[in-house]
Amino acid sequence: MTMKQNFGLGCALLGAIGLSTAANAAEQITFVSQGGAYQQAQTVAILDPSAKKLGITINQDSIPDAWPAIKTQVGSGKPIWDVVDTPTGNCLRGGEQGLIEKLDFSKIPNGAAMPESYRSPYSVSYEFYSSVLAYSQKTFPKDAPNSWADFWDVKKFPGRRALRNHPFATLEAALMADGVAPDKLYPLDVDRAFKKLEEIKPHITVWWTSGAQSAQLLNDGEVDMEMAWNGRVSAVAKEGAKVAFTYNQGILQSTSLCILKGAPNLATAVKFINEAVDPVHQANLPLHIDYGPGNPKAFETNVIKPERAAQLPSEPSNAAKQALMSYAWWSSPAGEAAEKRWASFMQK
Amino acid sequence: MLALVSPALLVILLLIVLPVGWLAWQSIYHDGFTLENYRRVFTEDIYWRSFALTFEISLAVTLIALLLGYPVAYLANSLPKGWSILILALVVLPFWTSVLVRAYAWLALLQRSGVINQFLRYLDVISEPLALVHNTFGTVVATVHILLPFMVLPLYATMQKIPGDLMQAGASLGASPSLTFVRVFLPLSLPGVLAGCTMVFVLCLGFYITPELLGGGRTVMVSMLVSRNVELYNQFGAASAVAVVLLASVLAIFFVVSRFISLDRVLGQK
Repeated sequence: MTMKQNFGLGCALLGAIGLSTAANAAEQITFVSQGGAYQQAQTVAILDPSAKKLGITINQDSIPDAWPAIKTQVGSGKPIWDVVDTPTGNCLRGGEQGLIEKLDFSKIPNGAAMPESYRSPYSVSYEFYSSVLAYSQKTFPKDAPNSWADFWDVKKFPGRRALRNHPFATLEAALMADGVAPDKLYPLDVDRAFKKLEEIKPHITVWWTSGAQSAQLLNDGEVDMEMAWNGRVSAVAKEGAKVAFTYNQGILQSTSLCILKGAPNLATAVKFINEAVDPVHQANLPLHIDYGPGNPKAFETNVIKPERAAQLPSEPSNAAKQALMSYAWWSSPAGEAAEKRWASFMQK
Repeated sequence: MLALVSPALLVILLLIVLPVGWLAWQSIYHDGFTLENYRRVFTEDIYWRSFALTFEISLAVTLIALLLGYPVAYLANSLPKGWSILILALVVLPFWTSVLVRAYAWLALLQRSGVINQFLRYLDVISEPLALVHNTFGTVVATVHILLPFMVLPLYATMQKIPGDLMQAGASLGASPSLTFVRVFLPLSLPGVLAGCTMVFVLCLGFYITPELLGGGRTVMVSMLVSRNVELYNQFGAASAVAVVLLASVLAIFFVVSRFISLDRVLGQK
C-alpha cells in the first residue's frame, strides 16, 4: 500500500467516524484556524453566532501553518477540512495549484460587497493585522522613530533592531525606507529592496521567526525597535511594557477564508463564508482581540466604539496610512523568486 | 520467533520505512523523475553554507561536551557510590526538562538584560552588555548543555567496566597517578569517548529548536533548511533532498564508527 492510499484510507475512516457521530446534525463543516487566543476570539465573535444563525454545526481544528496540511489533504484526494482561515497568499497559490475551490460570489453577497482588493477568485479577507514599526519608549521617550526611513537611520536613532526573518513586509519596508510611496510599491523593485536591506543588515541584532519571539524581544529590551505585528505589540504594552508602535507606513496584511478543493461539505462551506464576513459578526471580532475586521463595512455598524476603532489596523483612516500587501504579487513568479532570494540574502 | 517480532516489524515498517521511503521518493519525483533537487543541494551556496556550518557547530559542541563531560564521568566513576549517584542525577535531571524550556532558560540567562549580563554590569566588569545570544555562541552553549548527558552516560558506562585492579597494578609498579591515567585509564576509556562523541555529533546535526531560538536568524542549520523549504518556499522536493542527504551523512558516520566499536555501545545497549 502506498503512503497516499494509506493516508486516504485513514481519512476515509476518520470521515466515517465523523459522519456516524454527527448523523443527527443537519449540516456541518470543519473549520480550521490558527489556534490560541485568536481562535477563541473568533469562536465567540463569529463562529458561534454564525452556526446559530445558519443552524449548522461548525467543527473546529487548528494548526499554526495550514499550508503543508492543505497540500497533503487535497493531494490525498479526500480532504477532511472544509474552510480554512489562513494567510491570503496560501489561498491564492492554493487556487493556482488546484488545491482551493473557486468561489461563486453570487452566493456570497457579503463578500461581493467588499472592496475588490480585499478578495480574490479563491478567497475573501477575514481579518487584518499589520506589520508595524514598534519601539521601546524607554529608549525613545520622545522623538520616536515614525517611518521606515527612521528605522534605517542608525545615526539619528541609535539602538538595536530586529526584523522578521521573512521577505513579506520586509521588502516593502525597505522600499518605503528608500522613498517609495506606500501606494506605489507593486510590482516590488526587488533588487532595490535587497540593496536597501544590505544597508541595515549589519545593524539587525535578531531576525525573528515567530510572533511570540518578536514580542519577547521588545518586552525584554533585547531590541530597541523592530518590525512586529500590531497585536503582539499591544499585548506586550497591555502587560505594562513601555513599548509603542505606529501605523504610519505599516504593511496591512490579512488572513482570508478559502475552501479546500473537494471539500466534503462544499455548499455549507459557501454559506458559512458569506455569514462569517457579515459586517456585524466581523465587528464583534475586535471586541475580543486586537485584529481588524476583514470587512470594512464592520466599521459602519456602530458595534465598534470610535476609540476602539482608532486602535485597529483596518480602520479606514489607519488603513490609509499603510500599504496594503499585494498577495497577488507575492504569489506571482516574481514574488516567489523574491521569496527564494531571501534565503541567500540571510546566509551571506 | 517471527510471529513474536512481526508486530514490531510492522510498526517499524509503518512508522519508519514507509515515511522515509516516501520522503526519498519525493526528492527525486515531481511530475517525472528529476535530480534537480540534489543538484541544488550540492551546487547552491546556501545549502553548502548550511551543511558546513552544521558540521562546524556539531564539531565544536562535541569537543566542548567531551572536555566538560569527561571529568564529570571520571568523578562519578571514582567517587563513592552516594556521590556518583548524585552527580549522575544532576546530569540526567535537566534531561527531563523540555528542550524548548531549556532554550528559553538560556535566553533568560544570556540576553542583553539577562542574568549574566546584569551580574557582570553589577560587578562593573563590563559597561556595555555582551552579545552572548542571537548568534552562534549562544547556540553552541545551549546545545552543549542539552547534549551533555549523551556524552557523560556512555563515558560513565565504559569507565565502570575498567577494572580498578589495573590502576592499582600500575601504582604498585611505581607509576604516578597521572601516568597510570594516561597509559592505562585513558586508552581503556576511548571506546566510551568514541561512543559519546558519535552520539553528540549525530544528535547535533539534526538540531532545530535551539539554533532557531538562540541563533538570531543567522545560524541556519540543516534542519532549519528543511523546515524553511516546506514552510517558506513550499518546496517539498528540496526539503526531502536535504533530509535525505542529512540522513545519508548520519548513516555514513555510523558506518565508519561501526568499524571501530560495536554500534550497540553507541546506542547505549551494552
